[in-house]
Amino acid sequence: MSLPAIAITKLVKRFGDSTVLQDIDLEIPEGKVSCLIGPSGSGKSTLLRCLAFLEESTSGMITINGEALGFFEAPNGKRERLPPAQIRAVRAKTGMVFQQFNLWPHMTALGNVSEALKTVHKLPKGEAEARALAQLRKVGLENRANHYPSQLSGGQQQRVAIARALALEPKIMLFDEPTSALDPELTGEVLNVMRDLAAEGMTMVVVTHEIGFAATVAHQISFLDHGRLLFSGPPSEIFAKPRHPRLDQFLDTYLDRGASMLA
Amino acid sequence: MIFNPQIILEKLPEIGSGLLVTLILWLVGIAGGVAVGFLVATARRFGGRAINLGLGALVEVLRGTPFLIQVFLLYYGGPFVGLMLDPIPCGLIALTVYAAAYYSEIFRAGYAAVPPGHVEAAECLGLSRLQAIRRVQIPEMALIVLPPAVNLAVILLKESAVLSIITVPELTATVSAIGSQQYAFLEAIFVLAVIYWAIVEATGRLGRVAENRLSRLRTANA
Repeated sequence: MSLPAIAITKLVKRFGDSTVLQDIDLEIPEGKVSCLIGPSGSGKSTLLRCLAFLEESTSGMITINGEALGFFEAPNGKRERLPPAQIRAVRAKTGMVFQQFNLWPHMTALGNVSEALKTVHKLPKGEAEARALAQLRKVGLENRANHYPSQLSGGQQQRVAIARALALEPKIMLFDEPTSALDPELTGEVLNVMRDLAAEGMTMVVVTHEIGFAATVAHQISFLDHGRLLFSGPPSEIFAKPRHPRLDQFLDTYLDRGASMLA
Repeated sequence: MIFNPQIILEKLPEIGSGLLVTLILWLVGIAGGVAVGFLVATARRFGGRAINLGLGALVEVLRGTPFLIQVFLLYYGGPFVGLMLDPIPCGLIALTVYAAAYYSEIFRAGYAAVPPGHVEAAECLGLSRLQAIRRVQIPEMALIVLPPAVNLAVILLKESAVLSIITVPELTATVSAIGSQQYAFLEAIFVLAVIYWAIVEATGRLGRVAENRLSRLRTANA
């Protein structure tokens, strides 16, 4: 089997006294969609933020395409921080999409998508904007290029945010509850963009409450509860009965919300 | 006794020169206050704990004492430490320093109101800390602080009247002197009120126009 896109070993994250992630071991396969599910407070968003290096883990290791993210284990067993340039280089392999979109409100859609191409990659304005426009086309928003975020719907804003991350050509896309801030009617357009990406073979890690999306698109589903990874596997295994009692309980809460009458 | 503001308005050229001095003091005070206040707030936000605490203490002293007292201290106390200032430069410095203290607080609150996620997004896209400050935090902060900044400008215009007590020939000093000469004190005060109010009203309208024009640049989902 080929090298995993992301390998997480013995990852621990503490905030003060509370342990948010406890000994997480997980491999994210290359070119596949991995969904992290679990109740709120289970640590799934923290895990994703560790992968984006927005949170620094307390101990353990993360490697991305075989390269250590942030820290490495020295021969004497101590964990040491890597130099900033190296951290930057490894972080550049991932693109992040947030629940709250986090578009910059003072820039147009085109400005948002082309910003890092200009300031980080130092592309000339024309080239950066041409590339940005191509990304906006990909998410179906070419005709909204000159709109400001406040002039776009939530679903459109999230698609711009996806285009912004894609513009830097990351190897892996990280999604933190990308549809949780959206009206049910708008989630579809975002999930469709994500399905297209998955079909192209993008490696994706998705924290989501969209169990339907997870069941139909994910190759791997990982279930977290109270900071522990309870189990991980393909949807067919995860959802097959008999299920783990904790997962059964979790899925019941979805059925409780009215879905049971459809079943 | 008849209430007749006409007595005051006959001295139009003098009123004009007083108004000019007030407008210059005010605009220079705003410009200097915004510039220094921005530097102070930015240094406090990104310059580390010691700088934050030091500048914070200074700002607290300036905000905690009346402008009148600050003006007196600078004008009459200055010579004791070798700082001999003419009324206009003294007034200009006092107003600028006072404005800077308040503007720095507005900008500080503005920085705090920029959603941290917007900075995280910049970080994830590889922008350096400095690039994130320059391209994201400063522009977003500037848009957030527009209404309180205009409000402070209005307050500064009115505070500039205090400078009349150190004989700065600004609007209040000029018009109340005319009132004394003509034995028309109430008329003078009335004319002053109308002029200040007219400038404040115009400033407020300008501020609202700017706000409306810039409203589309604000966060939609906040």
